[in-house]
Order: sequence, then structure tokens, then C-alpha cells
Amino acid sequence: MEKREVIIVGAGPAGLSAAVEAATAGCGVLLIDENSKPGGQLFKQIHKFFGSQEHKAGIRGIDIGKRLLEEAENLHIEVWLDSEVCGIFDANKVWVVRNKKETVLLQGDRIIIATGASENAVHFPGWHLPGVMGAGAAQTMINIHRVLPGEKVLMVGSGNVGVIVSYQLLQAGAEVVGVIEAAPRLGGYGVHTAKVRRAGVPFFVSHVVAAAEGKDRVEKVRIVQVDPRWNPVPGTEKTLKADTICLATGLTPLTELAFLAGCESTYSPVLGGHVPWHNSAMRTSVRHIFIAGDISGVEEASTAMEEGRMAGLQAAASLGHVDEADAMIRGKAIQARLDALRSGLFGEKRKNAKESIFSAMGNSNNGAR
Amino acid sequence: MDKEPAEEVKEKEVLICRCEEVSLADIEAAIDEGFITVDDVKRRTRAGMGLCQGRTCGKQVALLISKRTGIPLEQLLPSTARSPVRPEKMGIFEGEPDA
Repeated sequence: MEKREVIIVGAGPAGLSAAVEAATAGCGVLLIDENSKPGGQLFKQIHKFFGSQEHKAGIRGIDIGKRLLEEAENLHIEVWLDSEVCGIFDANKVWVVRNKKETVLLQGDRIIIATGASENAVHFPGWHLPGVMGAGAAQTMINIHRVLPGEKVLMVGSGNVGVIVSYQLLQAGAEVVGVIEAAPRLGGYGVHTAKVRRAGVPFFVSHVVAAAEGKDRVEKVRIVQVDPRWNPVPGTEKTLKADTICLATGLTPLTELAFLAGCESTYSPVLGGHVPWHNSAMRTSVRHIFIAGDISGVEEASTAMEEGRMAGLQAAASLGHVDEADAMIRGKAIQARLDALRSGLFGEKRKNAKESIFSAMGNSNNGAR
Repeated sequence: MDKEPAEEVKEKEVLICRCEEVSLADIEAAIDEGFITVDDVKRRTRAGMGLCQGRTCGKQVALLISKRTGIPLEQLLPSTARSPVRPEKMGIFEGEPDA
């Protein structure tokens, strides 16, 4: 069986950062991704990122992705693309299917799972019709494949994904007929929301989709106001002409591999649901396995990159490639940057949620040593 | 809100699991029969057994169970993951090394 020191699953912002950090420390690294290009969702993020200078704020996601790829290339990191990790066994064996045909079993001294998240769905009559899709799917279509998913789009969900994708749909030439939000207040950062509003897109808070209608695809959508107990308010239905409905209704961590490998789970509604328990070193209850990015709780690409660095550093340190004092100093610096990213109105909630995960099992026998 | 009976029927016909074509009515019936974990609903109705392996419907099934039974979402674990966690053709197993 082939062996590698560190096997990383997922070459998005978290996995790439982990690979760079671990390889810099001197580990032999294998980075595996199911897509034909690395970068995960970074290459469709054409907007500028938030944070401070050291978080690469003000730089567009796509350019951050290019820089990370260059770093990985300069370090000659081994990358397997079009390769699906189908299972993790005995804590350190990774089963990979390459190019949909060749099956390989590898052993890793450390495994870093950075599989990201999947988009949440919501159901309503007609949600199965062609034209209903995840907002992230629409973003992939316009920014990667340069295809407009439709001409008249209704966005469901006013969080950052909803407003950022709405704006990019406008830039791509679609009409956004509205952004609806089930909660009584808008969910996204003001700067993104305001851009969409200035472009003339109507926002409807306390509104949900009553039904999508159409013969072979979405032709129109009925929306309705809801009261504080989420019941539809009679007489408030509106019909909008739309051929596309984008669902920006949150993300769920892609945890299958971690749970399959036996990682203990913990629950965090703020971070997307059930996530593998981990400590601040991003180590799970299975001592060979680390996690980073959205699998450890849905946040942003900037936090995913820092978590990836943390996982890469700590995995390398646990293999003896970084001495303890050095690992502690560098770990503290990464943690300080993570804390800075998790500040402010939205960030504080995530910081608290993360800390309650760290403490959830820290003292138990199942905790990472 | 009083709904037209036709609309009520339409709502119950909404698919929750698109891969296996399991409707809202099917899932609610399973919950009422006592299948009150995501795994149990999966075994009873096939919701989550299709190509996407519950990545789309799993969370909705959990929400429906929680709403109908009062079980907190925290206790409703995702269905048990099994390998391969990605859809693969049986042909690839031909060359599978011994684990």
C-alpha cells in the first residue's frame, strides 16, 4: 500500500492552505480533489474579500486562489485531480477512485479532511421544476461556465451568498426580480446588500415562496408574507414572473468522510448543524484526522484558509516536523487572525460557536491527545 | 390560512427526496408510524437512498421529524455514512485491492 505523510481531501481554500503549510514544514503531502481543477469555490468568488490586510482583504477570491495555486506549485505538492475519496478506514487508510475507474488504497500518517459544505434546499410546490437551483450553482454557471441560468431570477435568502450572487447575476445580464427573506430582517453584510438595492432590486422581508408554477420549467413564482410564527398572512400573496429561483438558504458541512472514519460529532446550529468535534488545533477525536474549512462549521473562505493553515501546521508538528515551541507561537498567530475574522456583529456568534465546540469534549477521553 | 383542498393536496405531493421520488405525505406518514430518526425514515421510505445520498433531502427530513415530534434537531443525526460516499460504478470494484 502506498503511503504519504499527510493526505488532504479537498483542494479548496482550506485544503490548499493546509497543503502549503504542511509542505513548507517539510511534510510529504498528497492533495486530492474530485474536480478537474483545484481551488474549490474560490475561482467563482469574483468579489473582494473582507477582513484586514493580512487576511488578503480587498483582493478578489479568484486572485487569492491563483496565489495559493502558485504557492502549491512552487512547493511541488503532489495533487490528484478527478479523484474521489470514497472512504476512510482504520483511522488512516484512504480509499480513492481516480478518474472514475482506478481504485487506490493509501495510508496516511495524518489525514486532513477539507471537504467543504453543500447547499441547503427548501421545499415548496414546484421546487422540483427545472429553474430551481442553489445560488452557488447559479454562481458556478455564470462565473465559471459563463452561462446565464435564466433571464428573470428570484433569490431566496438575503444572507451574503444571496446578495453577492444577486449582484453577480445582474452583472452577468440577468434581471433579479426580487430577494426574499423569511426572517424579519436582512441577513447579509450592508455593503453587499446596498449594492443590490441601489441597482433597483426589491427586497421582501418576512416572505417565503408559496409555490413555483410552470409547465416544463419555472414560469412564475408566488410569494407570501409570513407572521412571526411563520404562518402565511392571508391576502399578501404576490405573483412574480421568473424563470429561475435561486436558493441561498444556508449550507451544511460535508461530514460523511469524517463520521465514516469514526470522528465524534457535536451540534452547532450557528455553524450549519452536526460537525465533527475538533479542538483549536483542528484535530478531531480520531487522532490521525484533522479537519479545516466549512466541514468544521460553515464560515467564509478567509476563515477556511486560516483553519487550513492551522491544520497543516499542527499536523506537521504532530509528526515532529515543527518543534513544539515554534508550533505554539505560529499556532497562536493563526488563532489571533481567526479571532480577528470572527469579530463584529456576525463574527462574534461564530467565535462563540467555535469556542463551545472546542470545549465540548476537550476533557473527555475521546478528545484528541 | 384556509387553503383550497386542491392546493392542500398539491402541497402533500411535494417531493422531499427527488432522487427516489418520496413525497412530503410519504415522509409524514412514516413519522406518524414511529419512524423518527433520519435513518429510520430512510429505511422506511428510501428518502436519501438515491444518487445524492440525502445531501439534498437529509436536512429537510430532520426538520420534518423535529416539527412533527418535537425532537430537537440536535438529537437528529445525519443518516449513517457508508463508503463509497460518492456514486461509483460497480466495475471499479474489479481491481479493488484487499483492505
